[in-house]
Amino acid sequence: MPIRCEVVSQDRIVFQGDVDIVNLPGLDGDMGILPNHSPVLTLLRYGVISIKTKTDEQFFTVAGGVAEVQPDQVTILADAAENVDEIDIQRAESARKRAEEALAKTPQTATDEYLAIQAAMRRSNLRLDAARRFKSQKRTH
Amino acid sequence: MASAREMRLRIRSVKSIAQVTSALETVSAAKVRRAIAAVNATRPYAEKSWKLLVHLARQPGHTSLHPLLAGRSEVKKILVVLISGDRGLAGAFNANIVKDTLDHFRNFPAQVSYIAVGRKGRDMLLRRRREVIAEFSDIPIAPSFASLSAVGHLVVDEYLQGRVDEVYLAYTDFHSMVKQDTVIRKLVPLDVQYADDRVVAYNVTHHKTTSVFDFEPDDSQILSGIIARFTELQVYQAILTSQASEQAARMVSMRNATDNARELISSLQMDYNKARQQAITNDMLDITGGAEAMAAMTKTKETA
Repeated sequence: MPIRCEVVSQDRIVFQGDVDIVNLPGLDGDMGILPNHSPVLTLLRYGVISIKTKTDEQFFTVAGGVAEVQPDQVTILADAAENVDEIDIQRAESARKRAEEALAKTPQTATDEYLAIQAAMRRSNLRLDAARRFKSQKRTH
Repeated sequence: MASAREMRLRIRSVKSIAQVTSALETVSAAKVRRAIAAVNATRPYAEKSWKLLVHLARQPGHTSLHPLLAGRSEVKKILVVLISGDRGLAGAFNANIVKDTLDHFRNFPAQVSYIAVGRKGRDMLLRRRREVIAEFSDIPIAPSFASLSAVGHLVVDEYLQGRVDEVYLAYTDFHSMVKQDTVIRKLVPLDVQYADDRVVAYNVTHHKTTSVFDFEPDDSQILSGIIARFTELQVYQAILTSQASEQAARMVSMRNATDNARELISSLQMDYNKARQQAITNDMLDITGGAEAMAAMTKTKETA
């Protein structure tokens, strides 16, 4: 029995389909979801979701959110989510560089701004790492 | 009757009005499409979040779970988020939403204050001496969620601080290019009964399972995070919907204005042509009359 899996961010549906295994970056550690999992509601941390079918494995970055697990479905409400294959490594790299520079320039006393830049930094790091690890892995297959 | 020159000027000015209104129509048409695309893009997230919220609210003993789900026994002050536009020239769009909202809360047995989203709504509320605690304007078409989360944040904050006991959302729902209507619904505390309301029927699909969730890390942490965020999202979606309605209303009213201007131009043109022809005829009559008079004069001289 497959699981119905949906990854939704505020502005679009990132993934939708029947899959066999979903790996979630839960706040307290990774969770592997198989069919007939007991209902769970969990917060997600910054991380990578992997979605496996018999023939294929796809990776998605997620910048926090909530996952609702039901025996036959997994719904991920992501604050921001992206298919790793869509990430342009060069652009991700330059984004990180910009965030790094901005972080160096901003005084830590400007709390809101500092936190915002720090979040941007974490996001770009995550995207870059995920793209390097999972994009290349796919290519070698 | 106006002189031919005056009429020519009038035709020219009406023509330029028609040009402006038809340009506005085109611009609005493009903006409607963008706003609708933005609304549709948020729908999956909003639907699922709504489903989850309703589900959470129906968990046994939910009143103890989160204050945003728990109603207060005594409602003394309420807050209304009134969503209007920044600009006019949109037919009765702004007037309708403000009028409907004021009518709805006229005899409300509690003190009402407002958050105005959109400059027009703010102006009308202030003119009627309503209490406006905050204003959000200059919102671009299809804004990002992050740029508008402040509105929802304020709502949640006001409620949790106990400054208001209920929060309502008043906006214009978009059905089609020619049909938009006012929706006023309770936002906070989450009213589970209202899930059956036709207003949000498209948002609601009930869970098949009645099972109780496990919460990781724990329920209060998850709920306080997501319920606040989902409340903010409802506000965001209402703003996007209202934008689509505003642009559609503007497009229709500009189309009417253009049609009217064209009609006016053709009737003015007809009058002008008539006046011009009349002037020519008069001139001709003068000339022939003059010539005849001259001829008559020379004849009398000759006979004399």
